[in-house]
Amino acid sequence: MRFEKISRRSFVRLMGVTAAGMGSSVVVTACGGSSGGSSDTIKIGVMGPYSGDVAQYGLPCRYGAELYFEQINSQGGIGGKQVELNEQDEKGDATEAVNVYNKLVEDGVVAILGDITSTPTIAVAQASVADNMPMVTPVATAADVVNQGGNNVFRACFTDPYQGKLMADFAAERGLKTVGIIYNVGGDYEVGVTEAFKDEAAKKGISITSEQAYQAGDADFNSQITSILSTSPDAIFCPNYYQDTGKIITQARKQGFSGSFIGTDGWTAISNPEGQSYASGQDLQNCYYCAAFSANDEDEKVQQFVSDYKAKFNETPTSFCAMGYDAAMVLAEGIKAALDSGVSDLASDDGRQAIIDGIKNGTVDGVSGQISYPKNGDPAKSTLIIGFEPDGTEKVEESVPYQE
Amino acid sequence: MEESNLSEAVESSAASTSGSSRKKLSMPVRYLINAVLVAVFIVVGELMIGSGTITRYQTTVLEQVGIYILMAVSLNIATGYLGQLPLGHAGFMSVGGYSCALFIMHMQGTLGLTVRDFVTGSPAAVVLFCAGLLFGGVMAAICGLIIGIPALRLKGDYLAIITLGFAEIIRVVMLNIDGVLGFELTGGARGLTGIPSYTNFLNTFLVVVISLFLIHTMMKSRHGRAILAIRDNEIAAEASGVHTTYYKTLAFVVSAFFAGIAGGLYAGCIGVMAPAKFGFMKSIEILVMVVLGGMGSMLGSVLSATVLTILPEALRAFADYRMVVYAVVLIIVMVFRPQGLLGTYDFSLTGTLERVINGELPWRKPKKEVDEND
Repeated sequence: MRFEKISRRSFVRLMGVTAAGMGSSVVVTACGGSSGGSSDTIKIGVMGPYSGDVAQYGLPCRYGAELYFEQINSQGGIGGKQVELNEQDEKGDATEAVNVYNKLVEDGVVAILGDITSTPTIAVAQASVADNMPMVTPVATAADVVNQGGNNVFRACFTDPYQGKLMADFAAERGLKTVGIIYNVGGDYEVGVTEAFKDEAAKKGISITSEQAYQAGDADFNSQITSILSTSPDAIFCPNYYQDTGKIITQARKQGFSGSFIGTDGWTAISNPEGQSYASGQDLQNCYYCAAFSANDEDEKVQQFVSDYKAKFNETPTSFCAMGYDAAMVLAEGIKAALDSGVSDLASDDGRQAIIDGIKNGTVDGVSGQISYPKNGDPAKSTLIIGFEPDGTEKVEESVPYQE
Repeated sequence: MEESNLSEAVESSAASTSGSSRKKLSMPVRYLINAVLVAVFIVVGELMIGSGTITRYQTTVLEQVGIYILMAVSLNIATGYLGQLPLGHAGFMSVGGYSCALFIMHMQGTLGLTVRDFVTGSPAAVVLFCAGLLFGGVMAAICGLIIGIPALRLKGDYLAIITLGFAEIIRVVMLNIDGVLGFELTGGARGLTGIPSYTNFLNTFLVVVISLFLIHTMMKSRHGRAILAIRDNEIAAEASGVHTTYYKTLAFVVSAFFAGIAGGLYAGCIGVMAPAKFGFMKSIEILVMVVLGGMGSMLGSVLSATVLTILPEALRAFADYRMVVYAVVLIIVMVFRPQGLLGTYDFSLTGTLERVINGELPWRKPKKEVDEND
């Protein structure tokens, strides 16, 4: 073969092929880049959507968890071992979530904090059963997360049905006899809460005078409100996210409705006197919703958390931050219990089971209330009922203990 | 595009007239070589997974590579070979995925199979797997037929919009069918959960290879040539006696069928189906793979599906910047290779082998000139 006969074009092509080959080998090695774990740190996987459409839910949870583990590490870690976080983005996509899960397992994490939104969390929960991997999700409220997962799946938040039931009890307690409902029929959250509310309302003798549905993206709710008001109910149940709820309350007040509005934790961020509000403080009088956390809660540990969070991130924590913080706490307590029980290798099958047992048997005093797991991965925790001051500031009306 | 086909045709005719002394591989030998290579690929893959050289994370990514290869190649039938621009490929994927998952979930109980059977591959599980995939494919093909007949009267942008609309209809139906008809089927907005994981590296790639083979043979047959003729010039094709409506619909239905099969594999790989995941962006993602690889090139679709599926995972090290890098890679490719990585070029291993046997190496000039120089 005579090399001088290679033309420049062939040479360029050859170089192109070589470069492509080298590039792909880099890709392959990057894929397989697993790091050997050292035994003096505890590796915890943190996953969630940190980019994409639902990043506004994933990031605050991650910040809350980071804050907790930073505090733990500065206090000497768990059982004398520092915690090392392995944070992975899944863009809110179930496919990526499963990939991230497998990657985390390979990287040798002892437990996983996540996922955030429902569908990816269910996918991860299903995948984690075979490994018996301890997993605590901060905010995935869909019932299937725990139902489809095994004993290894826990959550720090309460479920959709629990909130619906709770608010029906609240309505009964306040003597609201007739209730109209307006909800987004296309959302799994809204539908789940509404169904549970109706079931419990029937038991408590509350009559549903009118049930009005709307589609995601609607902005004018006047026709639905008119139909509801024509039945003159004592209250309107509005279990929707704050953007829609703000419009519904404003439009209903304009039509002259002065009764109560009751809602669920989708209302978080509806009113912020220092920032953007979705309804005025005046309109929000006589409106109540349930939530696990409020930054205006006067409880000492909540205020401590709020000031710590402000110091680190320079903004007021939302309930997502608090749930991330509490999920981290649940996980850390479980790992601590496992270490106390004398397990040598947390990543082994025994170690994982010990962490799961630790979570299951432990009780955690989180910023969103006391969390324990009497039945399965659904927590028993207290709930706050939140109302509003005339200037729109949130105030805690009462704290409702967990009930079956 | 027409020009390049013309020149190809001239080349091949020239080769057939002048190449009487040229050594050729017979068809059985060609099939044998390819079959052996595929078998080697799958066996080596299985062995590496078995020994742990390819980790579980990489295996899952590889399965997804297989699924997206099938998606891209099936879209390539409608886009590259037929020359239309459908934007609803994710719709067919979701129909196939839901059908296959529901079929397997309901039949699993009646046949008394457990998840373990899918892992060990008991005969009943294998039959159910094949039947589920076929069912998914056929359901998607039926949808393809329903949309294809009216849609293919349109061209270009209009076709793109009508297929886009149809995919949205599928998504909204999946979302609301339970509530409206009052039964438990798709799970609505909550999604379909608890799908047994019936896929693995072996069966995913067997399905992909068989599908690619079927698509390849179809394109090399009389029917495939008719489809290509419609792409190059519909009026000329019709004048030559090609039944254009029939062949356009055929290509569209075949495209939907294989998308349905890929959807069935996807459902088993992920274990959850939610309508929100099969929106407009999914269709675009697949179209990007086809365009990037080169419309009309099967190898191009395979390569770009592989690269674009692995790339986001490989770039994990860049953390928050990985989607930026992903976009930059797309832009660079499109700037420097606007016709796609491979254009309409399709690679033939046995064709290359023949050339090597005959001493036609790329850096060597055609034989005559070489002789003169020597």
